Amino acid sequence: MTALTDPPKESFRLSMLIYDTRYRSMTIQVVALMGFMLLFAWIISNTLQNLSALGKPVDFGFLFEPAGYDINQRLIEYNSQDTHLRAAFVGLLNTLLVAALGCALATILGVIIGVLRLSHNWIVARLMTVYIEAFRNVPVLLWIVLVMAIMIETMPAPREFRGENPTASMLFGDSVAITNRGVYIPEPLFSRSLGDISVFGAFDISLDLIAFLVALFGGIYASKLVKRRADRIQAATGERPTTWHIRLGLVVIPPVAVLIALGFYLGYPELKGFNFKGGIHMRNSLIALWLALSLYTAAFIAEAVRAGILAISKGQTEAAYALGLSRSQTMNLVILPQAARVIIPPLISQYLNLTKNSSLAIAVGYMDITGTLGGITMNQTGRELESILLLMAIYLSISLSISAVMNWYNKRVKLVER
Amino acid sequence: MTQAAYVRTEMAPEKAPPVTSSGIIGWMRKNLFDGWLNSILTIVSLIAVGALLYEILPWMFRSSWTANSLNECREQIKEVYGPDASGACWAVIRERYAQLTFGFYPSELYWRPILAFILLLGALAPVLFTSLPRKLLWFSGLYPFIATWLLWGGSVWGPLSALAGFIFGFAALKLITPRYGAILGVISAIVVAILWWVAISGPVATTLESLIPISLEPVKSRNFGGFMLSVTIGITGIAASLPIGILLALGRRSDLLIVKALCVGFIEFIRGVPLITLLFVASTLLNIFLPPGTDFDIIVRVMIMVTLFSAAYMAEVIRGGLAALPRGQYEAADALGLDYWQAQRLVIMPQALKISIPGIVGTFIGLFKDTTLVMIIGLMDPLGLSTAIRANQEWNGIVWELYGFIALVFWIFCFSMSRYSMYLERKLQTENH
Amino acid sequence: MKKTVFLGALAVTGLAAGAAAAGTLDDVKARGKLNCGVTTGLAGFAAPDANGVWEGFDVGVCRAVAAAIFGDPTAVEFIPTTGKTRFTALASGEVDMLARNTTWTFTRDVDLKFEFVGINYYDGQGFMVPKSLGVSSAKELDGATVCIQTGTTTELNLADFFRSNNMSYEPVPIETNAEAQQQFLAGACDVYTTDASGLAATRATFENPGDYVILPEIISKEPLGPLVRHGDNAWGDLVRWTLNALIAAEELGITSANIDELRKGTNNPEINRILGTEGNLGEMLGLSADWAYNAIKAGGNYGELFEKNIGENTPIGLQRGLNAQWKDGGLIYAPPFR
Repeated sequence: MTALTDPPKESFRLSMLIYDTRYRSMTIQVVALMGFMLLFAWIISNTLQNLSALGKPVDFGFLFEPAGYDINQRLIEYNSQDTHLRAAFVGLLNTLLVAALGCALATILGVIIGVLRLSHNWIVARLMTVYIEAFRNVPVLLWIVLVMAIMIETMPAPREFRGENPTASMLFGDSVAITNRGVYIPEPLFSRSLGDISVFGAFDISLDLIAFLVALFGGIYASKLVKRRADRIQAATGERPTTWHIRLGLVVIPPVAVLIALGFYLGYPELKGFNFKGGIHMRNSLIALWLALSLYTAAFIAEAVRAGILAISKGQTEAAYALGLSRSQTMNLVILPQAARVIIPPLISQYLNLTKNSSLAIAVGYMDITGTLGGITMNQTGRELESILLLMAIYLSISLSISAVMNWYNKRVKLVER
Repeated sequence: MTQAAYVRTEMAPEKAPPVTSSGIIGWMRKNLFDGWLNSILTIVSLIAVGALLYEILPWMFRSSWTANSLNECREQIKEVYGPDASGACWAVIRERYAQLTFGFYPSELYWRPILAFILLLGALAPVLFTSLPRKLLWFSGLYPFIATWLLWGGSVWGPLSALAGFIFGFAALKLITPRYGAILGVISAIVVAILWWVAISGPVATTLESLIPISLEPVKSRNFGGFMLSVTIGITGIAASLPIGILLALGRRSDLLIVKALCVGFIEFIRGVPLITLLFVASTLLNIFLPPGTDFDIIVRVMIMVTLFSAAYMAEVIRGGLAALPRGQYEAADALGLDYWQAQRLVIMPQALKISIPGIVGTFIGLFKDTTLVMIIGLMDPLGLSTAIRANQEWNGIVWELYGFIALVFWIFCFSMSRYSMYLERKLQTENH
Repeated sequence: MKKTVFLGALAVTGLAAGAAAAGTLDDVKARGKLNCGVTTGLAGFAAPDANGVWEGFDVGVCRAVAAAIFGDPTAVEFIPTTGKTRFTALASGEVDMLARNTTWTFTRDVDLKFEFVGINYYDGQGFMVPKSLGVSSAKELDGATVCIQTGTTTELNLADFFRSNNMSYEPVPIETNAEAQQQFLAGACDVYTTDASGLAATRATFENPGDYVILPEIISKEPLGPLVRHGDNAWGDLVRWTLNALIAAEELGITSANIDELRKGTNNPEINRILGTEGNLGEMLGLSADWAYNAIKAGGNYGELFEKNIGENTPIGLQRGLNAQWKDGGLIYAPPFR
């Protein structure tokens, strides 16, 4: 035992390090720390030794070399001459995109399904049970490849939209095209665009978007002020001034005004050459991943929602009925707000799971961070150690940030409680 | 006493409830068509289910079980059901089900994994059903050694001498503890066991093998595949992660700052990264982390990483179990004068583990499903095999049948386990109240 | 609880670690099996059949090497590797050699430190399109959606090709050939690009192969060959000369049918040297005298392997083309056995 080498003090016997409870905890900790550091040092030394034998010293320089490959879905400018670092960043944004979309859809679906599972409509409740059991008990990777296969096999190819008698047609007045390469939806365009602003010289953000968001959130904030004023008046006088039309106007008018000022119009997808051009192209790798992750996670969220609702005592429901609330009002105004507190902690862990599961994108060729940095980059450069360490660090920081934000929210919700 | 003629003297006979509120119609009115919203939901659901079945059922049953290739299968279906019919080629399952189950395990040795699986049920039974006699737990403890021998084959002395390490360690613990205290006892047990495994067990096993040769034909782990691989990785991961998880959970709840920090760091790190990155580590980095020349085969490396992965989740489950235990139990154990490890062993853990079993089963279901990820690093799990089968010329182009079959098998496994876990939860609830 | 596996493995590797430095051939001999990395499944090149027996052109090379060492073509463990895992598998010693349609490039040779021992298939990246698309040249593919297999040089070539021709495209990265095929058939991509051999192999398995054409442009050179680690030249030589023996055997007319006849002795000294009836070539490699006899006997010479697995009479239906013997106008050429 290494701790035994500590210099003995007066009236201090070595054996006290073990038998004296005052020192014992210290001894254990020092031993544990030293053990950990030894293990760590051992791994590092092995690694260095192995890498030098392979002739590949640790070097992150490859990140700044041209990547050489193209990425189909890129939220920022990228071409094959950009660096591996930028490719990784494109991948990171794709990961965040699918995670955000997935969490949103999974939450909506999960809440609906969880509530419907408790419906007293026999057939609906049974169907929801079947849904939950089917999705929970089959690996998510299988769902991802299955949804992808369904997208590819059952949706029409773009060429079927062509010709005199096309076998497929666009939906909603030629504005949406669902093909087996993905879904094309109209994109917002501006005839008097403000242009882009460059951030750190690395990527561009549309000023139009900023203007729209500013107007929207400004309107929402103003409407909140109106609401607060109405609350104050109600508290003081007992009468609530009618404000819904003002509030609605405040939320709707500024963004609409901005849109009109910028010359907003929709760009519709059109069949040109091999593919549809124009519009926003949601690739079927994105859709397959998004749907599969959402449907899978929704099953777990539904269970959490059901448990949360069942945790609310029956007295609450009866009290709400006694007040004359309808069944849906009871659910929306009384039960769900209370159940939310029970639901949020499992919801956080489901969000984390969904984000981590998004790394399975690789199975359908969605170019997320695992597909770029942990996939093609790692492959082409042969820098496994650096790529995987970086990849893990990125996922770790995403996970930690999500749980930090959600825990903060959870605490805030809890404070409202008595 | 006069009686008013209009007062009834006897009860009128009970009438049957109106036909609309009883029997099937009443049930339907109450449960399916109660209000317009519910009626719409019912009708929509019925239509959806009907449409789904209409699509799937003919495809499922207009099938071919006998063809030897996809083209032959398509022809057979066209012959029987007309030129436009399309149906399932279940023939691929008939031809490949053994491969999907056992991978490349030698077919004349299939009895070994089957026996191991049956014994597994026997070993799990005393853990899962508390009504069985406790003595059976000895078999559960021995099972890992038996299963290792059955699956991998080789000399019986290998697993036995590994088992001997545990026995010697335990003996050292029993000998040293009464004289020099628990800590030295534990340390010496660990040292003795490790010494045995590293230095002595190999030669001893070899010698014994040359004296009394009892061995099965060895099978390389890269011949493992299909569901057998999933089950092996899943069970190994869960079983090996249990002790690590218990230690991590205790560490996380301990007052020792550094120990706690190390445990929290490990748990949060593992839980913060996707399993697939850990599998990348297994497939590409683990050999770099270990001394030069070390070469595990990939399945053992995957098992190591999967064990670490599930240990972090297991630690959280057990921590939940520990937290759910009433404080009085800890205090009572202290009051009895038990030291930390005695209290854990005799009072805390038996109760905490019992509470945690549903969570452990849940972790296992998750882990079992996650074993499909090994396909991404090129192992032949059921999904990986489905790719290999589709690369075969006879079955090139087949999709739904393989996925459907794999999904069904996974579903049966996971669903029955989740039912068991629910049964257990209910039982625990009634026992505690 | 299954620690035993781990610990057993540890104990074994502790012993193995000492032996690792002794050279790959000794390791292989001690193990009794050759560990050969192959693809997870590519029709004609490597795929397992219903009994789990691997078959294919690349597999044939592995079997020949195993036969050269042990005299037994079945003394091989086939280790399926993906585009991602293949190099680490080789670098870490998990496999002794890779026979997995891997392109010989400068960086793989020099930077990743592998030794390509030869070329068993001269390939090039091509494009396949449905006939109905009406495209006759790759230059007309501006704006097309292209399915590519990731983890290969293919995606880099593709990026360069479209960039240099000033065209745009939409890459759809796909992990395995089977999935790529599914997407291409369903029309989820207009074009499928990979090595021309792979295209032909894939096309052959379509229900109506005639509905698809392979475009004339070959946009890259893809010399595919087996590779080993840097640093063990003796092992590299063994694999190289086994491959060369297969090639030379075809040139000299040694087939698996007449090899026993020829082994009794011929007038051609080179045949005699290859078959070990003259000289001591096997000894120089550290093998028995009949090493090449066993290698050729295992699956036939280069031409036989080609015909059996990917040749014109197989569903893959590849022509010899560049892969004909040099005497027939191809590039396949073995240095002299002397």
